[in-house]
Amino acid sequence: MKILVTVKRVLDSNVKVHVNADGSGVDLANVKMSMNPLDEIAVEEAVRLKEAGIATEVVAVSCGVAKCQETLRTALAIGADRAILVETDVELQPLAVAKLVKALVEKEQPQLVFCGKQAIDDDASQTGQMLAALMGWGQATFASKVAVADNTATVTREIDGGLETLELKLPVVVTTDLRLNEPRYASLPNIMKAKKKTLDILTPESLGVDVTPRLDTLAITEPLKRVAGIRVADVRQLIDKLKNEAKVI
Amino acid sequence: MAILVIAEHDHVSIKGATLNAITAAKQIGGDVHVLVAGSDCAAAAQAATKIDGVERVRVADATHYVDQSAENVAALVVANADSYTHILAAATTFGKNMLPRVAALLDVAQISDIVAVKSADTFVRPIYAGNALATVRSRDAVKVITVRSTGFDAAGPGGGATVESLTASPDLGLSRLTGRELTKSERPELGDAKIIVSGGRGLGNGENYHRLLDPLADKLGAALGASRAAVDAGFVPNDYQVGQTGKIVAPDLYVAVGISGAIQHLAGMKDSKVIVAINKDGDAPIFQVADYGLVADLFEALPELCGLLD
Repeated sequence: MKILVTVKRVLDSNVKVHVNADGSGVDLANVKMSMNPLDEIAVEEAVRLKEAGIATEVVAVSCGVAKCQETLRTALAIGADRAILVETDVELQPLAVAKLVKALVEKEQPQLVFCGKQAIDDDASQTGQMLAALMGWGQATFASKVAVADNTATVTREIDGGLETLELKLPVVVTTDLRLNEPRYASLPNIMKAKKKTLDILTPESLGVDVTPRLDTLAITEPLKRVAGIRVADVRQLIDKLKNEAKVI
Repeated sequence: MAILVIAEHDHVSIKGATLNAITAAKQIGGDVHVLVAGSDCAAAAQAATKIDGVERVRVADATHYVDQSAENVAALVVANADSYTHILAAATTFGKNMLPRVAALLDVAQISDIVAVKSADTFVRPIYAGNALATVRSRDAVKVITVRSTGFDAAGPGGGATVESLTASPDLGLSRLTGRELTKSERPELGDAKIIVSGGRGLGNGENYHRLLDPLADKLGAALGASRAAVDAGFVPNDYQVGQTGKIVAPDLYVAVGISGAIQHLAGMKDSKVIVAINKDGDAPIFQVADYGLVADLFEALPELCGLLD
C-alpha cells in the first residue's frame, strides 16, 4: 500500500508573528520557516505504518515556492521514500492545493492520504476534506488514532464533545490532530540520506490545474491588543474586584 | 438572495453554535433558511423554526443521517444548494469537517472561521492563531463560510418559520461510525459557558486538576477547560482543550490557573470579557492579557478562593 502525505512550508511556530504596518501581510522575510507541525505528525504516522509493514512506500508532496524543497527534505529525513513538489509562485489557496494533490493522487494511486488537520499560518482546515470530496473518498479528520488492516482504516477522531471512531474502506483521506503521535527528530545520517532521495518537481500547468486564487486578501491587520490589567494582592482582593468592579460573579 | 445555514443538532435540539452562525447570516442579509439533516429529527426541525430570523427550515429525515457523516451531509447540501448565495455552518468540529466538502463539490473557496461580515462578499477572519486579521473578498458566485461563534451573538428566540421536507440523498456508505465516547458532565459546555475555569501544567497532574478546579467550577457554575500542555500530559480529555487547534471561547469570565499563556492558548481565549490569571510565575505571558493577575501558589490560592466564595 502506498501512502501520500502532504506537507506545507509555514512560518516556524516559535517565531513571533509580525504584521507589516502597510497592511500587506505578515513579515516572512528572513524568518525561520519550517514544516507545519500538524504535517510533521502526518509524515510520522505514514512512516510508522511503513515501519510496521503495512505501507510499502511513503510519498511526500508539497505545493508552493521552490524553497518548499527544504520542507520535503525534512519529510524525507523523517522517513518518506521520495518527494514531489508542485512548484509555483502563485499564492495557493486550499481549493487549489486540493486540486493539485488530486492530480497527484490520480498519478500515484495511493490508498491512503495523510494531511495535517490545519496549517498554522492560514488556520483554514480545508485541504484534506476538499481532496476527499474531489476524489469521492471517505474522510477521517482530526485523527488521534489510526489503524489500518484488511483494506479498512479505523480512525479515532477528536470531536467537540469527546472522541468518535470511524471505519472506512480504503482509499481514504485522514487528517491528523495533535495527539496522534510525537514526531521523531531526524537523525544526522537520515538527514544526509534524505539529500540523495528522489525529489521530482512538477508545475500546476503540467498537471492541468488552474490555481488562480478565489479569495482576494484586501488587508492584513493586527488585532486589537489586550492591555494587561492589574495585579491583585491576594485572593480577597480578587474576589472583591470580580464582584464589585467587573461584576462577573 | 437566500442564505442556507447547516444546523448542528442531536436530532432533538439545535446546538448553540448554530445560533451564532444564524446571526452571521442575518448580518450578510437575505432570507435565512436552515437545513436539518438527521434521523427522527422532527424535534430539532421544530426547534429551528423557533429561532429569530429563520424563514424556512428544510429537513431531510433518513436513517443514514443518524451519524451526520461529512460525506452524506455534504452531498445533501450540494444537492439542495441551488439558489443560495451563501452557505454557512458553525466552525465547530462538525462544520469544519463537513463544509469544505461542500465548497470543493461546488468548486468554490471556503472562507473559514469568520469573525465579522464587512459586506455580502467580504469577511474578516483570524490567521496565525489570531495574531493577524485578514479581510478577504470572495470572487466566487457562492460563498461557503464557517462562522466562529465568538464573533457573533447567538440568535434569540423567534418564530414562524415554515418547514419543508427534502428528499434524502443516497447513502454514500463511505464511512461507518462504530463508537462515540462523549465526555459526560453536568457542567455547561465550553462553547456555551458564561464562566470557564481552565487549568494548565502548573496543576501537576489530573488528580490535582480535579481536586482544585472541580469545586471552583461548581461554585461558579463554570465549564472546565485546559491548556494543550495539560491535555497532552493526560490530565483531562482532548475536548477540554482551549486554543488555536482546540476550542475558541469568549466567556464573560475566564479563570486561567497554572497556565503560562503560550500563543496557541491565548488564541483560544483572548476575546474573553474578563480574564483572571493565577500563576506563581509573575513573568508568565498569561499576565499580559489578564485583567486581574494573582501571583500566588495555586495550591494555596485555589482552596482559599473556593472557601471565600461561599
